[in-house]
Amino acid sequence: MATTAEGFDVHTEDHGHHDADHKPGFFARWFMSTNHKDIGTLYLIFSILAGIVGGVISGIMRAELAEPGIQILTSSIPLVGVGPGNMDAALHHWNVLITAHGLIMVFFMVMPAMIGGFGNWFVPIMIGAPDMAFPRMNNISFWLTVAGFTSLMFSMFVPGGPGGLGAATGWTVYAPLSTITGSPGPAVDFAIFALHLAGAASIMGAINFITTIFNMRAPGMTLHKMPLFVWSVLVTAFLLLLALPVLAAAITMLITDRNFGTTFFEPAGGGDPVLYQHLFWFFGHPEVYIMILPGFGIISQIVSTFSRKPVFGYLGMAYAMVAIGVVGFIVWAHHMYTTGLSVDTKMYFTAATMVIAVPTGVKIFSWIATMWGGSLEFKSPMVWALGFIFLFTIGGVTGVVLANGGVDDNLHDTYYVVAHFHYVLSLGAVTAMFAGFYYWFPKMSGRWHSELLAHVHFWIFFVGVNVIFFPMHFLGLDGMPRRIPDYPEAFAYWNGIASMGYAIMAVSVVIFFINIIYALVAGKKAEANYWGEGATTLEWTLSSPPPFHQFETLPVIEAQGHH
Amino acid sequence: MRAIATLWAAVMLAFAPHALLAQDAPAAAPATEATTAAAPAADAGAAVATTASESADTGAYKPLGPDMIKGQPTDKGWQFQKQYSPTGKYALWMHNDVLFPLITIISIFVLVLLLYVMIRFRKGANPVPSKTSHNTLIEVIWTLVPVLILVGIAVPSISLVAQQYKSPPENALTVKVTGYQWYWGYTYPDNGGFEVISNMLSDEDALSRGEPRHLGVDHRMVVPVGVPIRLQTTGADVIHSFAVPALWFKLDAVPGRLNEKVLFIEEPGIYYGQCSELCGIKHGYMPIAVEAVPMDQFKAWVASQGGTTGDEAAAAPAAAPAAADAPATTEAAAPAAAEAAPAAEATT
Ligand SMILES: [Cu+2]
Repeated sequence: MATTAEGFDVHTEDHGHHDADHKPGFFARWFMSTNHKDIGTLYLIFSILAGIVGGVISGIMRAELAEPGIQILTSSIPLVGVGPGNMDAALHHWNVLITAHGLIMVFFMVMPAMIGGFGNWFVPIMIGAPDMAFPRMNNISFWLTVAGFTSLMFSMFVPGGPGGLGAATGWTVYAPLSTITGSPGPAVDFAIFALHLAGAASIMGAINFITTIFNMRAPGMTLHKMPLFVWSVLVTAFLLLLALPVLAAAITMLITDRNFGTTFFEPAGGGDPVLYQHLFWFFGHPEVYIMILPGFGIISQIVSTFSRKPVFGYLGMAYAMVAIGVVGFIVWAHHMYTTGLSVDTKMYFTAATMVIAVPTGVKIFSWIATMWGGSLEFKSPMVWALGFIFLFTIGGVTGVVLANGGVDDNLHDTYYVVAHFHYVLSLGAVTAMFAGFYYWFPKMSGRWHSELLAHVHFWIFFVGVNVIFFPMHFLGLDGMPRRIPDYPEAFAYWNGIASMGYAIMAVSVVIFFINIIYALVAGKKAEANYWGEGATTLEWTLSSPPPFHQFETLPVIEAQGHH
Repeated sequence: MRAIATLWAAVMLAFAPHALLAQDAPAAAPATEATTAAAPAADAGAAVATTASESADTGAYKPLGPDMIKGQPTDKGWQFQKQYSPTGKYALWMHNDVLFPLITIISIFVLVLLLYVMIRFRKGANPVPSKTSHNTLIEVIWTLVPVLILVGIAVPSISLVAQQYKSPPENALTVKVTGYQWYWGYTYPDNGGFEVISNMLSDEDALSRGEPRHLGVDHRMVVPVGVPIRLQTTGADVIHSFAVPALWFKLDAVPGRLNEKVLFIEEPGIYYGQCSELCGIKHGYMPIAVEAVPMDQFKAWVASQGGTTGDEAAAAPAAAPAAADAPATTEAAAPAAAEAAPAAEATT
C-alpha cells in the first residue's frame, strides 16, 4: 500500500497538547456525541450487546434442535419458551426466534460493528481527516440504530401471528406471511419500523462516509493511495445508498398493505407476492456484500501488517471490491430460483451469479500473494485473518454450488444454504470483526488485551463454529428444510453435533469478554505503533488511544514511486 | 442425545442467569406430545384410509407399504438422497461429479497454499520480507483460470436448467398441488377434479404404519410411475414450497400464481418431502408424500377416490355425477366412491 507514516511525524508531535484532548462532560460526550471515535465506540458497544442478544437466541434455537421433538420452546423460562400446554404459541415463538436472530445479527450486530464501529473509528484517521464530514448526522445515525433495535425488541412483546407474541415472518419478511393474511397482529409493524429506522440510519451513514472519503482526504492522499479498508467502506457505502431505499420501498408497501388497504402483494387486488421477493432481494443480495466487504478491508490491512509487506495487487484488490459491488446488484434472483422464474431468467441469474466468484478469487489469491515472500508474525489479528481466509473460501465455494439454478432446486431453503451463509457471515464476517477488534483494540482503548487469551479465543471459536456449521451441509444435502423446530429422526445425529458446537463456541465468547475486562482493568498501556514496522497506515502515527481531535494540522502524504 | 440437552442447560448458564431453569426442559418434554394432536383431521382421515385400503383388497388399488419407501433422509446421511427422476440423476451427476470435486480441490488448494505460506514465510524462516507488490502475469492468470473453470461449469449447468424446464407433452396428466396452512391439497383436474387433503400423521400413527415420524401423511399424492406429470403448484393463503428431495423437485406454491414443472418418477415407491418455505406456526408439520404406482393401480386409485380416468367415459354415467359433487369433501366421499368404483369397472 502506498500510504506510509513517513513524512508527518513532525505534525503529530503537537497533538495532545493545547485543545486536542479537551473532552466534554459524560452526558454530552456519550449522548450528544459528534466525535467519530466516540460514536465508533458507541457502535461497537451497541454491536456487542446486540450480538449477545442474537447469540443467546441462537443458543435457544440450537438447544431446541439438539434432539427431535419440542423441548425448549415449551419451557417456562420467559422468552426462552412459552410454557407447557400451548403448542401453537410454542411454534410461533420458534418463528419469532429465527426472525429476531436474523434481523439482529444482520442489522444490529454485523453492520453496526463493521461500518458504524470500525468504519467510524478508522476511515477518517486513515485518510488523514479530523472527523467525519457530518458529525451531527453521524450522531443521528447511531441513535436511530438504537431506536430501531428498541422497536425490534418491543415487537417481541406485542401480538404477532395467530399463535402468540412477536413477528414470526423470518428475517426476509415475505408477503403474504407478513401481511394481515399471515400476521394480523402489530408485531410485524414494529419489526418493519425497526428496519425503517435502521435503514434510515445506514443511509445517512453511507452519505456521511461517501462525503468524507471524497472530500476530506489529506493532501496527497489520492483515491489510489487510500488504504484498502477505506476502499471497502467506500464501496459498502455506495451499496447501502443504492440498496436500502429499495428495501425501504418494499417494507413501506408492506406497511400500506397491512394498514391502509393497498394490495401491492395481495393477488386478490392484482398484486403479487413475488414482487416483494424481487424488491427484498434487490436489497438483500447487496446487503450480503455490505456485511462482508468491510471485512475484506480489515483482512487486507492485517495481512499486510503482519507480513511486513505492502498488499499484493493493490489496484486489483480495490477494483475487485468495486466489481463485487457492481455485480452484486444484478444477481438478486438467485435467492428465488424456486419461485417459478422463467427458464431464461434462471439461466441468466445462474451465469451472472457465477461471475462473482472471479473477483472473490482475486481477493483470496491476492491475500496469499501478499503473504508470499513476507515475514509472517502470528499475532492474534493475523491468526484470525488466516482463519477468515480459509472459512470464507469454504463459504465461497458452496456459493458456487448454489449459484447453479438447477442444482439449487434441491438445496434451496435447506440447511445447506444455512451452512453456506453462516460460513460467509458467522464465520467470515464475524471472524473478520474479531480480527479487526484485536488489531485495533489497543489503539482504541490505549490498553493491551491478552494475546494469549486472544489466541485461545480463536482456536476454541474456530473449532466451535466449524462443529456447528459444517454438519449443516450434510443436513441440507440430505434434505432438511430451514426454519423448522422439529425434524424426522434421520436428521438427529448431525443436529446433535451442531448443538454441541454451539456450546464450544459459547465458551470462546466468554473468553472474549474476559479478555476485554482484563484489558480494561489490568491491560498494559499500548504505544502508538504497537504492531511495528508492518503497520503503515495513518492510525499508527497517532498515540493509543488517539487524541480526542486528531490531525488539526493535516498530515501530508508523500508521493511515492510505488505503483 | 438427552445428554446434549443437559449440556445445553449448562451453557445457557453462561448467558442468562434464568437459564438455570432450563433443566426443567426434559421434564416439560412429555407435554410436547401434544404436538401430535395438532392434526385432528389427520386421525379422522386415517380411519377412512384404512377402510379404503381394506376394501381395496377386493379389487383394485392397494396403497404401497413401508417396504416401498424410497425417498427419505438417511440416518447420519451426508449426501444427496438417491435420485428417482431423469433430471434428478443429471443434477446429481452435476453435483457429485462436477461441482463437489471442484470445490473440494479448490478448498484444499487454498488450504495448502495457506499452510505453505505460513511455514515457508514465517518470520523465523524469512526474516526479511520482499517488497514485491504486483506481478501482472500472475494476476491475469488467477483472473482468467477461474473464468475458464466457471464457463466449464456453466455449460452443463445451463443445460440442466433447460432440461428441468422442458414443457410437458400436451396429454400429460395434470396434478395441482395447493399449499394450505398447514396441509397439502392434491387436485386431479384430468380425473374429475377431486381433491385429496393430506395431513401429517401423528407420531403413534406413523409408528403403527411403519412410516417415519414427521414425514408420513394420511393421504399421499398418488401419481402414475414412468410418465411425465404436469405438476402445478399454488398457495391458498401464504407461500409454501412443494419439495421432494429424492425427485430433485422444489417449486414454490405462491398465492395468485400457478407454477408448473414436469415431474417424472422412474420407479414405483413412496417419496417424502417437507414444506420448504416458511408458512407460519406449523411450517415444520406439513410433510409431503408422493406415491408412484403403475398406471393401472393409479387408475384404480382414481376410481377409489370417485374420480374419472377417461376409460369409463360411456360406462359409468351414474358414477361420474357422484364424483363431481365430491371434490370438496373427498374424505367423506371416499368410502362411498370406493364402493361405486368396482361397479363402474365391472361395466367397463
Ligand atoms: Cu407450508
